[in-house]
Amino acid sequence: MTVLKSSKVWKFGDNIDTDLMLPGSHLWKTQEERRQAVFQANRPGWVDLVTPGDAMVMGKSFGIGSSRPASLSLKLCGIGFALAESINGLFFRNCVNYGFIAFECPGCHEAFAEGDAIEVSLDTWKARNPRTGQELDVVPVPEMPLSLMLEGGIVPMLEKRGLIAPASAADEPVPEPMKFGHGG
Amino acid sequence: MGMTMTEKILARAAGAETLRPGDLAVVNVETTVAMDSTFQPERLAEERWRDVRRVHNPDKIAIVLDHLAPAPNVQAATAHKIAREFAEKFGIKRFYDVGPDQGICHAVVAERALAMPGTVLVNSDSHTCAGGAFNCAARGIGRPDMVYTVVTGQTWFRLGETIRYDLVGKLRPGVAAKDVFLFQAGFYGEHNNQNVEYGGPGLAGLSMNARQTLATMGTELSADFSIFEPDQRMVDHISERNPGARYFLTMPDDDAVYKERRTIDLSTIEPLVALPDAVLNQSVRLSEVAGRHIDQAFIGSCANGTLEDIKSAAQVVRGRKVARGTRLIVTPGTQSIYREALKAGYIEALLDAGAVVTPATCGACLGGHMGVLAADEVCITSSTRNFKGRMGASSSKVYMASSATVAASALAGQIASAAEFFEGDLS
Repeated sequence: MTVLKSSKVWKFGDNIDTDLMLPGSHLWKTQEERRQAVFQANRPGWVDLVTPGDAMVMGKSFGIGSSRPASLSLKLCGIGFALAESINGLFFRNCVNYGFIAFECPGCHEAFAEGDAIEVSLDTWKARNPRTGQELDVVPVPEMPLSLMLEGGIVPMLEKRGLIAPASAADEPVPEPMKFGHGG
Repeated sequence: MGMTMTEKILARAAGAETLRPGDLAVVNVETTVAMDSTFQPERLAEERWRDVRRVHNPDKIAIVLDHLAPAPNVQAATAHKIAREFAEKFGIKRFYDVGPDQGICHAVVAERALAMPGTVLVNSDSHTCAGGAFNCAARGIGRPDMVYTVVTGQTWFRLGETIRYDLVGKLRPGVAAKDVFLFQAGFYGEHNNQNVEYGGPGLAGLSMNARQTLATMGTELSADFSIFEPDQRMVDHISERNPGARYFLTMPDDDAVYKERRTIDLSTIEPLVALPDAVLNQSVRLSEVAGRHIDQAFIGSCANGTLEDIKSAAQVVRGRKVARGTRLIVTPGTQSIYREALKAGYIEALLDAGAVVTPATCGACLGGHMGVLAADEVCITSSTRNFKGRMGASSSKVYMASSATVAASALAGQIASAAEFFEGDLS
C-alpha cells in the first residue's frame, strides 16, 4: 500500500519552466546554491517558506524547457511530490532520473487550493483532497520508470549494478571560484 | 492498423512488431551525442562521468563542446577537460572540440549528417528533436539517462500519440520557418506527451535549414519527437556529407492512427512575434508590437544559427546601420557555417552594419555568455526560448521572432518589420 501524503500544497500556474526552477546563471553551481535560486524570478523568497515533505500542484506543461536537472532542484527544496495538469516529457524523464516524484493528474489545479493537504494512492492511482473529499484520477506510470523514480533515480541504480564505480567525487579537487563571466 | 513514423522507428529500435501510444519501449540507441554541459564537474553535477567503467560502443557516441565554448570560466574549462579525457579514455573518435569543428551540437549533427533516418538518437540537450529533420527519432534525455545510454546502449520511451502536420503551399519571401513555428505555438499551444510529424506537398519547398528550425522548435511545443518525412532533398544532404551511412527511410503507414491531422498552408503564414516570458500561446502579429524599444537583438542557436538565417539577416542589414544604442549579436551555428557566410559576404555585411559576430556556441541563447542581458533590458531573439530570465537577469524581457525580423528590429532600435527588405524577392 503506497500512499503519498502531505499536509501542505503549494500551487503554481501553467508553463512553470525549467529556467524558473534552475536559472541559467545557476547551472554550474553547487546544490545549495541551486536550491536558493529556485523560483527567484517568479516567486522570490519561496524557498525559505517550504518545509520538507510539502507538495506542489502545478498547471499545464509543468517543466517545459531544458534538460537541466530542474527536478532535482525541487527535491533539494524538500518537496515530497508534485501533481500537474500535464508534465513535459523531458522534465518527466528527469523526475524519474533524479528520483523526484511527480505525476499527471488532470483537474488537480482546480481541485486543490494552496495550503490544502493532499493524498495520492499509487495502488488505486487516485489523488484525494481531505478538505473537500474530492477524488481525482492520477495518470499511472509503468513499473519500470516508477520504481526508478521511487528508489532515487538512475545513478544509484547504475552504481548498484556495478556499471559505474562507487563515488569518487569526494577526492576530486573543487574547481576554483569563477573569476569573471556569468557562469550560465 | 498502421503506425506513424515515430511508432515505426521506435518499434524497429525496440525489436517489436508494433508499438502503440501508451507502450513503454526499451530501444537500442544508434547515436548518442554528449556536450560540454553533459560533463559538468563533480560537486556541481550528480552524474560522475569519471566513475564510468566501460562504454557500450564508442563508435556510436559523439561529443560536442558547445554551450560554453570557448570556455568563459574555470567550470566550463573543467567540463571541456573532463569531456576530452572521457573521449580519450574510451576511444571516442567523433569529438568536436573548440576549433574548426566547433559548433552547436544539433547544428554539427545536421551539417555532418550524424542523425540517421529510421534510427534513434539521444542527447542530453532538450533541443535534440532537431534530428527529426532527418527522419530520425531524436530526443533530448536527462544527464543520468545519458550515463545509462552510454554504458548500456539503450534507453526507454513511453510512446505518446502523434499529431500530423500536412504542409501545403509555399512560404512568402521574408517569411521564415520560425514564423510557422510561432503560428503553431500560438494557435495550437502545448503538445505534451505527443509527437509531431511533418509531411505533405509543402515539404518539397522547405529547405533543410527550414526543416531544422521546425524540428528543433518541436521542443518548445513541448512535444516528444518531431519527425519529418524523408525526401530526395534529405537523402542528397546525407549522401553528400556522410557517404556510406546506413539508414532506414521511414514513411508513415497509409492507415497510421493520429490524434489529429492539421493542415498548414505555408502561403498564409505571416511574420509573428512571441511576447516575453513564455513560448506557448504568446504569438502576436508583428504589427501589434512594432515600435517597442529593444536594447539587444540576437540571431543564433541550434534552431536559427543556420546559413539561411545569417543570409536573411545580411540581406536586411546590407548597406545599413544598426541603431545607435542597440546591440546586434550574431552567432553562427557552427564554424563551418561561419566560414561559408564569410565566403558569401554575409559576415562582412553584418560587420559593416555594426553587428558583432561571435564564434559558434549556444552562448546568449541560454544566458551563458556572449550577450547576457542586464536587469530590465529588452531583447528580440531568433533563438529557441524567451522564458523569463532565460537570457540573463530575471527582470529582462525577451521577444522571439525570425532572424529577418530580429535584424530589421536591430536597424530600427525597436521591433520592426523586415518586409520591405524582401519585396523584390521572387524566390
